Parts: sequence; structure tokens; C-alpha cells
Amino acid sequence: MKSVVVLGPQVYQPFVGEEVQRQQLTGRIAMVTAGWQEDEPDDSALAEALAVPSVNLRLYARWEEVISRDTELMEAHRRRQDQLVELQALYQMRLRPAMKVARQLLASRGPAEVLDPERENAIDAIRRLDAHHLARVIELRREFDERYQPHERPAVFEQRAEVARILAKCQTVAIAGGHIVVLLNRLRMLLPMPALSKLNIIAWSAGAMALSERVVLFHDHPAQGVGDAELLDSGLGLIREAVLLPHARGRLKLKQAKRVSLMARRFAPALCYTLDGGDRLEIGADDRPSSSARVLSESGVVETRP
Amino acid sequence: MTMARDQLIALAGADKAAIDAFMRERRFPIVEGRDVTFVFRGTANAVRLRHFVYGLPTEMPFQQIGGTDLWYCTLDVPLRSRLEYKLEVIKGERNKWIQDPLNPLLAHDPFGANSVCQGAGYYAPDWTEPDSDARSGSLETLSFEQTPFGDNRNVTLYLPPRLRQNRRYPLLIVQDGSDYLRYSQLKTVLDNLIHRREVAPLVVALSDPRDRLTEYADDQRHADFIVNSLVRRLERELPLYKTPQQRCLMGASFGAVASLAAAWRNPGIFGGLILQSGSFAFSDIGNGTRGAVFDPVVRFMNAFRDNPGRPADKLFVSCGVYESLIYENRSMVPLFQATGMEVQFVEARDGHNWENWRDRLRDALSWMFPGPLWMMYE
Repeated sequence: MKSVVVLGPQVYQPFVGEEVQRQQLTGRIAMVTAGWQEDEPDDSALAEALAVPSVNLRLYARWEEVISRDTELMEAHRRRQDQLVELQALYQMRLRPAMKVARQLLASRGPAEVLDPERENAIDAIRRLDAHHLARVIELRREFDERYQPHERPAVFEQRAEVARILAKCQTVAIAGGHIVVLLNRLRMLLPMPALSKLNIIAWSAGAMALSERVVLFHDHPAQGVGDAELLDSGLGLIREAVLLPHARGRLKLKQAKRVSLMARRFAPALCYTLDGGDRLEIGADDRPSSSARVLSESGVVETRP
Repeated sequence: MTMARDQLIALAGADKAAIDAFMRERRFPIVEGRDVTFVFRGTANAVRLRHFVYGLPTEMPFQQIGGTDLWYCTLDVPLRSRLEYKLEVIKGERNKWIQDPLNPLLAHDPFGANSVCQGAGYYAPDWTEPDSDARSGSLETLSFEQTPFGDNRNVTLYLPPRLRQNRRYPLLIVQDGSDYLRYSQLKTVLDNLIHRREVAPLVVALSDPRDRLTEYADDQRHADFIVNSLVRRLERELPLYKTPQQRCLMGASFGAVASLAAAWRNPGIFGGLILQSGSFAFSDIGNGTRGAVFDPVVRFMNAFRDNPGRPADKLFVSCGVYESLIYENRSMVPLFQATGMEVQFVEARDGHNWENWRDRLRDALSWMFPGPLWMMYE
């Protein structure tokens, strides 16, 4: 892998073109817009912003072609997704009270020597629940992969081979945001990692989240409920010890110190990076963020790390 | 600063030009915090406010401002309230209920239209207005022959934008579907909430009764039509989930009774119920006091209370606090909860009307069919 850079959202003011210029990337760029789902082909604005030759890998459309050919895989994949949804609901059922208790303890007043160990223990209980859930999700996916060997099935194999051929002629992959589950599934299924490893990567929003070790869903004011951040799955693991939070200003109550602190402590030792418009984060050779960035601190504020 | 209401009263004996000037500068009714002043201008022997608020006297007299043709009535209206009303104008022997001529806001229903008073802090939700960015779902008509009612019926289908055969969709069946479309802007609401990803793309079957008070009062034929005709056919012809968790019934007033009764008669079929201002008339002794129309409802509700079972897994109940049914709805919530169903109960400062039901749709639908907003990072 040559370089990995993640950016803030490109929705309102796209600046991915500046990143291409900054890195002096002149070679062809493979675009991944599968997270846009049915809007995957509407990539003209992105192609224009990149300002170098580009090609869309069409991962969303390719998967549609796969499941129209391989109905057994489609059915099995559907069953697996149903299981994952059910598992997520069970996790949420347990997460909700655990988060409530942790929030209550953080808001409680009293002597620190009494409260602090209780707070830490409550947050640790959430960490253990997160870890348990992640392990179950990974196990479920592993079972699916072992049983159905999706990469070896002709319909998938052929698409992956074609994607690999396209990538061989590219210098960079640009992974856009969108629906994180859809994007992650398409990347896992259709993007050959060996081919990816030879390319520069620029990713943003859900695209950035998909590259990390753990994908965390978050929204502090959703249409329903209190909006407890939840673990979804592991990502592609190209970025380590980092929880990436695109649109943090819009989706998180960053001025509520206790919420910020809880999130920072829950995911420690990983750091929670906010990625808003204009933000940029370089990933070093050790797969960890290496440039200056804003992170959630355990003290409850957003601070800049040099 | 002088309240507009005081300025109005101070117009006593004022000439036409002064009154005209005052009227031009105001929107009516005049909302000043919790004080809402309704105004009528014209010749009359008496004027009364006829509102549909349970808990207040049914008619509230206006006072005439001396030496003018102005009448007013001030009401204490809690914040974020929404009231529907008419004015009763009495001239000699004639007595007429009219919409407020000074207020352009109207709410329509199958019986006509009422004037609307929006209390301080109430705003019609923006997701009830057409959004040019939102893709439009489509409406189609589906014909059913030989229904359990012994006649033919049409059902309108709402299909979400870009419906795809290789996806699966939840199914919502709506009683009084045409009224929901017409008076609660259900199609606009669905388009917007799906566009905002707050609600999952879903298929909606909009059913209408022919003899509403009979068919919706726990009628076996209605339950059979919903389950054996509608659900069966839709699941055969459309890419639906076909699981109870992804099937939901929705209705308001008698439509809520019809939804509850259909689910109760068919346990295990529907995972969700959205019951708005349910006409859940019951009695602890005798037949109740709501009249003969409600007798079959009372029988059903009493039977349900005796043996509720578990008609669904998730239940969304809403009711206006300005409607008499708030008593029954509040009373039913603990019983619903005791069945083991997950219950969400929402009260609103509104009455028994279609805009109240419209305004609760976001809460109801995003809870029942949460959209992928949580998953979207663009």
C-alpha cells in the first residue's frame, strides 16, 4: 500500500480533488461509490472533482449481477444478513441499559474515591459487551465464508477478477461514503485485497469507516431513542487504533462533555477521530493515524492532537 | 409592551379606519403566549367559539367590543397545542357554524373543514410538506373480487421509490387509507421520511371500508379480508419479508379498533400495530355511555380486556389530550404493556383529527420501521 488518507465528508464542499493534487496523483483513479446504492452510477461530479482519469468499479451493480446469477448465494447471504440484524437487536437490548447506567454514574455527584471505580467498571462492562458482540459478528461471517466460499463461486470469482484487472491499471482507489453496511459488504465480497494493497487509498465518510478495525455507528439525536453509539462489525483493518467519526459536528452532541467522555473512554485505547468538512487524516506505515487531528478526549472535549 | 388583545379591547368606540388598520396588522387568532384571542367582525346577536376540545365547555361566548362590530373570546391554550374550531354566529333566528373568516388555516376531513388554531410553539412538521428532493413513490390500485364481504374491493398500494424485485420490503396495512392520503398527506409523509432515511422503504396497502362503523367494529369479515385476501395476495405478488415482524396494521379512531381486532383474531400474523386515537370504548359495568354505534366496540374491548393475549410484538399508541378518548387510551396502555408487547405511547396537545394523526406519523413509522439513517455516512 502506498498511502492511505481519510478525509471529512465531501457532500457539501468536495475537496477530494485538492487531496489528489496535494499527493500529485496523476494516474487513473478507481472510484468506489457502492455506498450510494442505486445512485452508484451518478459519479460525474466526483469524477470531475478528481480531475484525473477515473473509472467506477461498480461494486453495487456487480453484486446485483452476482445474486441474479447465483440465487443460492443470494438466499444464504440474505439469511446471514437477517441473523446479523437479529444479533444487532440483541446487542442493542443489552447495550441500552449498560449505557444508561454508565451515563447515570458519570452524572452522579459524590466522592471520587467511591464513584470512580464504579464508573470505570460500568464502562468496562460496555467494552466487554462490545467485544463480545464483535466476536459474534465475526464468527457469523466466518461460518458463512467457510460454508459458502463466496470468493470461489464463479459469479463472484469472475467479478473479482475483473475488478483486479481494472485495479491493475489504476494508481489510486477513492472510496466514497454512503450506506456503511452495503459498502462494507460489497468491499469484502468484490474487492481483492492483494490488488488494493498496491494502491493509494483516499476514503471519506463511510468509506473511511470501512477501512478501520472497528466500525462504530453513531448519532446522538436519531429519529428514535437516545442514540447510543453501537459497534457494527470489524472493518477492513487498514487503519488501527482509531474510531472514525464522519459528520461528528452534525451527528454528535460534542458540547455535552459526559457523552464525549463516555465515548472516548469506551473505545480507548483507540482514539475517536472527528472527521468534518475539510478534515484530513494521514495513516502512517504502522496503520495508525499520523497527522494532526481532532479527537474526543476523556475529559469530555474535542481536542487537537499534534 | 401592550398586548394585542388589550389594543383590540381599546378599540371600543373606534371608527372603521382605526379598526381596519388594526386588523390589517394582525394574524388571527391572536396568539400571545398561552393567551389566544379569537376575533369575529360583523353584525350578529351573539357569537360563540365552537371547538372540539374535550375538557372545555363546548361553546365559549364571544364578547362584543362596545361601539364596534368586533367580537372576541380569549382562551388559555397550552404551548404547542393545535385546536380545530368553528364560529357559531347567531343573527336573529338564524344560527350558523362557519369557518373563521379571519383565519386562512383550515384542516379538512370527510365532513368538511375546520379552522385551525396553532398555539404558541406549534409548527406543522416540515416532513409533512412536499420536498422536491424526495423521490416520489407510486400509487397503484389493486382489485379484489369475491372478498369476505361478498363484494369487490379496491385497495390502493403505495410502492416506495425504486422498488426492486430482489429486495424485501415491510408491509403496512392502513385502515381508512384514502382518508390518510387525503387528510394526513400520507404519501408525502412516506416519500419524505423514506428520503430522509428515517423510515425504511416499505409497501403500504391503503384499504377503505364500505360500511365503516360495522366493518371496523370487530368484524370477522374485515379480519379475514386483511389476512386471507390482502396479506396473502400481496406476499405472493410483491417482494415482501413475509414475517410477522415486518407486517403492521395502522388505523385511527374506529380504524384503530379494526386494526387491533384483526390482529387479536389472528395472533402471530402481525408484529406491529399503530393505533391512533383508538375508539377503545369499554365498560366496567353495563354497555357504556357512548351510544349504540359503540356497542359492538364495547363488546370487543371488554372481551379483549378479559383475554388480551398478545396480538403483536410492538404497539405504537397515540392520542390527543383534547379528545375524550384520551381516557380510554390512557387506560388501555397498562393492559397493553401487561401483554408483553413493547408499547410506545405518545400524547399530543391536539384533538381527534387527521392532522393530529399526521403529526404523529414520524414517531410511529420511524419506531416501527426504522430507516437506514443510522447506517448512512455520506
